[in-house]
Amino acid sequence: MSAQARYRANTRPGEPEKMSLTIKQAGLTLAMTGALSSVAFSAQAQEEVQKGGTAVIHMISEQRILNPGLRASTGVYNITGKIMEPLIDKSYDGYEPVLATEWSSSDDGLAITVQLREGVNWHDGEPFTCDDVAFSAMELWKELLNYSSALQANLESVDCPTPHTAVFNYSKPMPLELFVAAMPDLGHPVPKHLFEGTDILKNEYNTAPVGTGPFKFVEYERGQYVLAEKNEDYWREGYPYLDRIVWRFIKDKSAAAAALEAGEVHESGFIGVSMADVARFGEDDRFDVGTQGYENNVAHSTVEFNHRNPILADLKVRQAMYHGLDIDYAIQTIMHGFAKPGRGPVPSAGGINYTDDVPTYAYDPELAKQMLDEAGYPVQDDGFRFHLKHRPAPWGEYTQLWAEYYAQAMKEIGIDVEILTNDAPGFLNGVYRDHDFDTANGWHQFRSDPAVSTMVWLRSGQPNGTPWTNQFGWKSDEIDQMIDDAASELDVEKRAEMYHVIQAKAMEELPVIFAIEHPFISVTSTKLRNHHNTPRWNSSSWYDLWLEQ
Amino acid sequence: MTLHMPPILTYALRRLVQAIPVVILIMIGTFLLLKLAPGDTVDALVGDMGGADAAFIARLRAEYGLDQPIWVQLWRYMVKLASFDFGWSFVYEQPVATVLMDRLGTTLMLMAASLSIAFCAGIVLGAIAARRAYSATDNLISVLGLVFYATPSFFLSLMLMLVFSVKLGWLPVGGIKTIAAFYTGWDHVWDVVRHLIMPTTALSLIYLAFYLRLMRASVMEVADLDYVRTARAKGAREGRLMTHHIMRNALLPVVTLLGLQFSTVLGGSIVVETIFTLPGLGQLAYQSVVQRDMNTLMGIIFLCAIIVVVVNFLTDLLYARLDSRIELA
Repeated sequence: MSAQARYRANTRPGEPEKMSLTIKQAGLTLAMTGALSSVAFSAQAQEEVQKGGTAVIHMISEQRILNPGLRASTGVYNITGKIMEPLIDKSYDGYEPVLATEWSSSDDGLAITVQLREGVNWHDGEPFTCDDVAFSAMELWKELLNYSSALQANLESVDCPTPHTAVFNYSKPMPLELFVAAMPDLGHPVPKHLFEGTDILKNEYNTAPVGTGPFKFVEYERGQYVLAEKNEDYWREGYPYLDRIVWRFIKDKSAAAAALEAGEVHESGFIGVSMADVARFGEDDRFDVGTQGYENNVAHSTVEFNHRNPILADLKVRQAMYHGLDIDYAIQTIMHGFAKPGRGPVPSAGGINYTDDVPTYAYDPELAKQMLDEAGYPVQDDGFRFHLKHRPAPWGEYTQLWAEYYAQAMKEIGIDVEILTNDAPGFLNGVYRDHDFDTANGWHQFRSDPAVSTMVWLRSGQPNGTPWTNQFGWKSDEIDQMIDDAASELDVEKRAEMYHVIQAKAMEELPVIFAIEHPFISVTSTKLRNHHNTPRWNSSSWYDLWLEQ
Repeated sequence: MTLHMPPILTYALRRLVQAIPVVILIMIGTFLLLKLAPGDTVDALVGDMGGADAAFIARLRAEYGLDQPIWVQLWRYMVKLASFDFGWSFVYEQPVATVLMDRLGTTLMLMAASLSIAFCAGIVLGAIAARRAYSATDNLISVLGLVFYATPSFFLSLMLMLVFSVKLGWLPVGGIKTIAAFYTGWDHVWDVVRHLIMPTTALSLIYLAFYLRLMRASVMEVADLDYVRTARAKGAREGRLMTHHIMRNALLPVVTLLGLQFSTVLGGSIVVETIFTLPGLGQLAYQSVVQRDMNTLMGIIFLCAIIVVVVNFLTDLLYARLDSRIELA
């Protein structure tokens, strides 16, 4: 078994039992990982908790906005998830109450009632009530929060019949399942008394958050770090264990690896070090390396087609190109085994909405060549069938490597791919606004529910220039209708079936190739305990995280 | 009534008047150049967020004034700049002046330390090499200079980090201070110095090589001039000869280089500050380009233009001080 493809559970060096299994064995499904985590963490639970200490966390990108009610981004949650809490979070056992204690829906799906936790105070001492939730929902989640403004487009009002009861009123049915699935990311209330009557986008508390979480914001030194300290009045009795958390911004991946090795940093998440270093740390007993804790943040590495190009508008060409990609090879060489082949817009961590009963495209370059010949694209005098301009997204080392592999693989079947390297604004404009590309690749996160994430990849009619949406010139009235119907379908089983159909259709029509499904990877010091014990761990509150002194 | 000002003040005023159109042209040129780059702040912000819907993007663009024609944006910016209002950083959600002031100290410390070390060590080693030309000492110094010159700062930074932080554990990997240690007084000073040792070394060595090689050549040239030979013939001791006659004149080209290189050191600090996570202007400039944070980037360019103008002015003063034949006119 290669070290790179190994997942090590969270055990200390020297401990007699060390769990090792391949990533394929470990599986990426929520249930499987949940089972794994319970075994791994039951071992941790036997240790005596040590209170105190400062956990230092590496972040590759600086997060300038520290308000999850204003910015839906895993980078923002990574810091603010400890300071500001959502109504509902996600554990390996399902959705768990945080600031909400119960939730229910009316039969027609037009009203969702949420009971709020009592006895919770903001860090400035003011009580948390329904007024905060109503204000946040109407002024931030519906108006200003990316992803959420589409989700809450039909939200008409939030009533507060009691100080701790919030009723969300919708003009169209809102599936409770969708509402709940969205809350961990898109359901962070802000304190109304600090935001009301201010310019919300320029409010000072956007960079100095006041929340209800286990840690209180202390300071944000631009370009260096964010520091939070223990909230002594936290509503969970006896928590948190840590005294402080520091998030250090280290842009250079080699420097981040050095900081981990020197013991100055305890965790680097979201593949914050190079893939080569990930493999190296996998061999080092001082670190746990793995994908656990990212089940809610699974992403796809893609190949995106510009269907305005008549060659790529030909389904046979797209299918041939898929046959020309050796996905397993790419997984082993680029992702060091920490991934699996994609099966359409819903990843295997998508729960009931996922199916693997979809058309697939085995690696078969000869078949690919034959299909391209049949499509009317034989090899020309210059040795190529046609030429493509490709734009890789600038996020992540593996994205660039995937682009290079894609170009090599296409060359094997007679397609010349010219890679145009660009930075983030250049990529976003080139692909999503100017449509100046033939193919592109990037990675795109699934966020609990298809309706609030990957369906935007397929739904037509997105305004020009909107990043990470269907700007590919591809349109299917059938799929558009199914996406709209599924978003307001109240029956969970029926809704899941609709997504299965969409998934199969997407794999058949290939508007986008969802080539590789990969969670992120963390390198974590074994001194940290209770780490990666939820499916969105880096975004969660870490109230039970502790540090071996 | 005629106002009589000291020559130095007249000179300073004239240089100031000359600098104003230069700075304005730099600002306009930079603004237009940056606008040629694809994308804007909102694109970068949305990229960081992992996506946003069209209405959200349009709202942000209108909020930041990016929906206006370029010439309107430029005019608004220049009018504000005339009153030293650098505007608002949409990336850092702070006034640009605050963002710049937060970073200026670190960069000035890094630059001052690096250039001082490079300059002092460079001229001493260069002078020694020149006085012992073609000896083993000269060869050793020259080879060292070549090695310093040929070693990229990013490689040197990582090697220093590997040896002194990872292997030996003597120095911190990065940052400007130990976080959450809450040092005060001399403990704080020492903490900052420890954090600056590796970045300063990484940044200074290449400049040390410049000065060393230039000083060596300059000393060798000056040492052969008639007035040195005359002084020696009149019985001047070697020490005095070196300090009062050779060094003083050999320093002129090195001082020129020092002034010219002030801006390039700022460029070099981008790499070093990024690797060592130093919160300075170099790192900020890099981030501002990536984030298309126009206001902050323009503020940095403005600050750099002012610094370069001031440093060159000071260099001219030093020039006049070193060589009495040069007049400030």
